[in-house]
Amino acid sequence: MSASVTSTERLQRLLALVPYVVSRKVVGLAETAAAFGVTERELVDDLNLLWCVELRAPDPYCPIDLSYEGGEIVVSQAESIARPLRLAVDEASALLVALRMLAEVPGHQDRSAMSRLIAKLETAAGEAASASSQVAVQVDMPDGDGAEGVAARIGAALAAGRRVHLRYYVPQRDEATERDVDPMRLLVVEGRPYLEGWCRRAEAVRLFRLDRVLALEVLDVPKSLPPEAEHRDVDQGLFRPSDDDVRVELELSTNGRWVAEYFPCESVSDLEDGRLRVVLRTPDTGWVRRLALRLGEDGRVVSPPDLAAEIRDAAAAALANYAELPADTTRPAGDRRRITGSYGPFACTNLFPSRPPCRLGLQGRLPAEEDGHDW
Amino acid sequence: MSRRKTERLLGLVVCLLSTRRYLTADQIRSAVPGYPETDDLFKRMFERDKEDLRELGVPLETGFNHPFDDDPGYRIRRQAYELPELRLEADEAAVLGLAARVWSRAQLEGAAAGALLKLRAAGIDEASLEAGESRSDIEPRLATPEPAFGPLWEAVRDRRPVTFSYRAVGRSEPQRRELEPWGVVNRHGHWYVAGLDRGRQATRVFRLGRISGPVKFCGPAGSVTVPEGTDVRELVRGRDETPAPDRTAVLRIRSGTGFGLRRHAVDVRPDENQPGWDLVTTRFADVGGFADYAAADGPDVVVLDPPDLREAVIARLKGVLA
Repeated sequence: MSASVTSTERLQRLLALVPYVVSRKVVGLAETAAAFGVTERELVDDLNLLWCVELRAPDPYCPIDLSYEGGEIVVSQAESIARPLRLAVDEASALLVALRMLAEVPGHQDRSAMSRLIAKLETAAGEAASASSQVAVQVDMPDGDGAEGVAARIGAALAAGRRVHLRYYVPQRDEATERDVDPMRLLVVEGRPYLEGWCRRAEAVRLFRLDRVLALEVLDVPKSLPPEAEHRDVDQGLFRPSDDDVRVELELSTNGRWVAEYFPCESVSDLEDGRLRVVLRTPDTGWVRRLALRLGEDGRVVSPPDLAAEIRDAAAAALANYAELPADTTRPAGDRRRITGSYGPFACTNLFPSRPPCRLGLQGRLPAEEDGHDW
Repeated sequence: MSRRKTERLLGLVVCLLSTRRYLTADQIRSAVPGYPETDDLFKRMFERDKEDLRELGVPLETGFNHPFDDDPGYRIRRQAYELPELRLEADEAAVLGLAARVWSRAQLEGAAAGALLKLRAAGIDEASLEAGESRSDIEPRLATPEPAFGPLWEAVRDRRPVTFSYRAVGRSEPQRRELEPWGVVNRHGHWYVAGLDRGRQATRVFRLGRISGPVKFCGPAGSVTVPEGTDVRELVRGRDETPAPDRTAVLRIRSGTGFGLRRHAVDVRPDENQPGWDLVTTRFADVGGFADYAAADGPDVVVLDPPDLREAVIARLKGVLA
């Protein structure tokens, strides 16, 4: 740290260091250095600095007295800085916003601790806490109660180290799949909870969106993670292209620009009239076909050419179905009874009135593509 | 980093905390070692020091001991400076450790770390805190990849109006907008800002990812008033409230396909007229959204009813061939 730390940052540390020791009465050098993320040498330098503080008026005196003999720090006099400084607005907000986000994660077992902590922090922060109410984070759980149950069972499986069986919806193939998964952790990224686990069917680490889990059963089998089951680096984004991925080039109209926001694109370039050319990489072109069919004239696959041809063929075949329809075959007789079902999660949120929802996804590979707009 | 400056600032804090009376700049100069002899240099340095302390959140007060004093004095009231007593149970400290991880590599990461440092200093049990910090069964993250987040958070926090260039959906050119920001909301992993659009004199929500170029302040701190009872979260949610699915669609779906459409069907039966196909009845709200959904299945789905939905799907398919 040292070189890059400014004088005020160091002051901040010193103002915390004194109360840290005072509140613990006696504390080890090594332990303190670890808590403050500094080396023991840097810590000793801090302690010397504190000890040297001198005020001259009216008479010279040293307000801080301390010792660190034998590796144990004791502050015998701390004057006015025995308590830490109040939380700043940014500090209080960072914690409160994070806690309120955690409180929305389904299946959490620490809810009571969370609400007690939020209340205590709000009281301690006082006025500094008020700005935090102007920041809100929503964790998306379209299925409500069902997800709560799924998340709770994932929590139980993680705690017990057990394997789970999943029935999982794969939108890009528009099918339900069955698989055994050894759970690794619950990820909450980009506003959504995911189960990260070793998929025994794919023999690879996969992310499963909780709202796409159709059923989950905790098996009476201990999980067994192979050495290659490594955590995803969430800082790199959920989408990680691989060399085997197909490179897809799309041209988008002004109305199709949203695609560039929802899907991680390798490149985005402006064309004339507000149109865009984007390049995506994907291990599975099935979802591109679905995307292109819904986009219609607002998006065109330029390459690979065989995918472009496949999409045109699909559109032509679909239109042929309509051509065969007799003009009056609209609604089969006897179907006019009262219907009470709901459109469920597919009646999904539509952030952009001009753009309808889309439900696309590449499980484990391109899960960040949509904006709650599952297709 | 200057050690001498740190020493001087620390002396200044201790000195001002120890006094009940306001101390004038001259009194401070004689009490705190490290200030220069020349008046000009002292003045400049003292001004900078005050600014630094205020930025750290030290509540530096200015005032007079007597109404007829010429120069203002300074002090720090202990009650305003000190973090109130805070005791956390072990489970609360563990949750705190977990929460502090949420902003990793994001805008408020430093603020979260700073808060944690102060709470540690307040005596929070280290072992419980670490239990939360090192939990490996859950990884909650809040990212701020949008460059506009930093300035907009400051604007919201300090109640300052801003201007920025914004490219709305369906528009080919960005437009200049002037906003009184009320709050920022993260939804589906994207940040939005809600507030009063001054140009349109109406409440508007903007997606941070569509802001191009810098966000600039266009008014002083404290000049924005958030209307009583404003719920920014609701404002952002309100934009995409799904209407109730109040319409009925009848689809012909090839057997073994269209899982997504079937998942919420109210009726599925084999089509007697078309072997290998099913008749699926389902509810929907919005023709555009549902047509997207049905068109995606290509030749595996035929919309029989209603006609407007059928036309919308056909239009998409024709668009592909156009």
